[in-house]
Amino acid sequence: MIYLRIVLMALMTALLAACSEQSNPPANVSQAESVPVAEVSVLAPVEEPLPLEDGQAATLRGAALNTDLPAPVMAAVENTDLKRARQYPMQPPTIPHKIDGYQVDLNANKCMSCHARSRTGESQAPMVSVTHFQDRDGNFLAEISPRRYFCNQCHVVQTDARPLVGNSFEDYYQLTEKANQEGGS
Amino acid sequence: MIKRFIRKYWSILRKPPVHLSLGVLTVGGFMAGIIFWGGFNTALEVTNTEEFCVSCHEMRDNPFAELKTTIHYSNRSGVRATCPDCHVPHNWTDKIARKMAASKEVWGKLFGTISTREKFLDKRRDLAEHEWERLKANDSLECRNCHNFEFMDFTRQSTRAEQQHSTALASGEKTCIDCHKGIAHELPDMAGVEGW
Repeated sequence: MIYLRIVLMALMTALLAACSEQSNPPANVSQAESVPVAEVSVLAPVEEPLPLEDGQAATLRGAALNTDLPAPVMAAVENTDLKRARQYPMQPPTIPHKIDGYQVDLNANKCMSCHARSRTGESQAPMVSVTHFQDRDGNFLAEISPRRYFCNQCHVVQTDARPLVGNSFEDYYQLTEKANQEGGS
Repeated sequence: MIKRFIRKYWSILRKPPVHLSLGVLTVGGFMAGIIFWGGFNTALEVTNTEEFCVSCHEMRDNPFAELKTTIHYSNRSGVRATCPDCHVPHNWTDKIARKMAASKEVWGKLFGTISTREKFLDKRRDLAEHEWERLKANDSLECRNCHNFEFMDFTRQSTRAEQQHSTALASGEKTCIDCHKGIAHELPDMAGVEGW
């Protein structure tokens, strides 16, 4: 404890010395070059959090940073078993069903118990695409490639959560359509 | 020596009682019967509780710890399955048979067959196969103690579930455990298991 106090004292003395040096510039430095003390910016004291008005928020948080908001309600996973259209051809298809408790690890891959090539006859689930059988050099393997083993790296479920921000994504067809219309008119 | 001993007590057993009345013998026998049978059943029920199962670290740290994240432990309505609900038949004769088979578990406990996580993981496939076999043989009886096929509302199930339950399960071609493996505990290495 005593050491801490000594160190603190030493620091404060050093700080004071530095301050006095600044406020009394040496004679050979002209007055214009020295930094006027009044211009050194001082942080405003922290006041009460300002209430945010509509349209004023720069973040999605919806409240001042030093306040706590109640956690949002958890969204439910869509479980309709209906395929969703892809936004672009290479998009990994989203999962149209719940995957709660699906084990995908060294021992077992629950997804593959339906989506494996050999299982699709019985399960009627879509087979994992042929790209999943390729290794990084493009060679086809008999089983899915280890680099494609962890399904959730690319394929995810969708929830009924309300989007927080708008989405202006336009796919290739919409873009070309628009370009054609603009070019034609 | 032993022969003489047995002969002596056999003759006592064969002799009609000299001092005790028939009433004392019958009523006493009846009372003793209640106490012994009641005691046996109480002891049996004590071994049929989750507290008993997880009183050993093997069960507490492995299967029970894994159960805790699953829907059979924690869910929206708070109905849950305890160890014996799934692992001990409810029917008396089957229960006694299972309890007799479980004497091997006492052996395992004494000799530390699965006393560490590593040993448990090495043995998991064997242990799991025993349970799959048992549930396959009794048509997933322990599942059906709660999940009664007769009262399943297919319209409340997802399309996939409804399809499988209305065909493979309804026809008896498949039983619960065929598809629902690893729902309450983690799966072992599934290489070579049918359907995986």
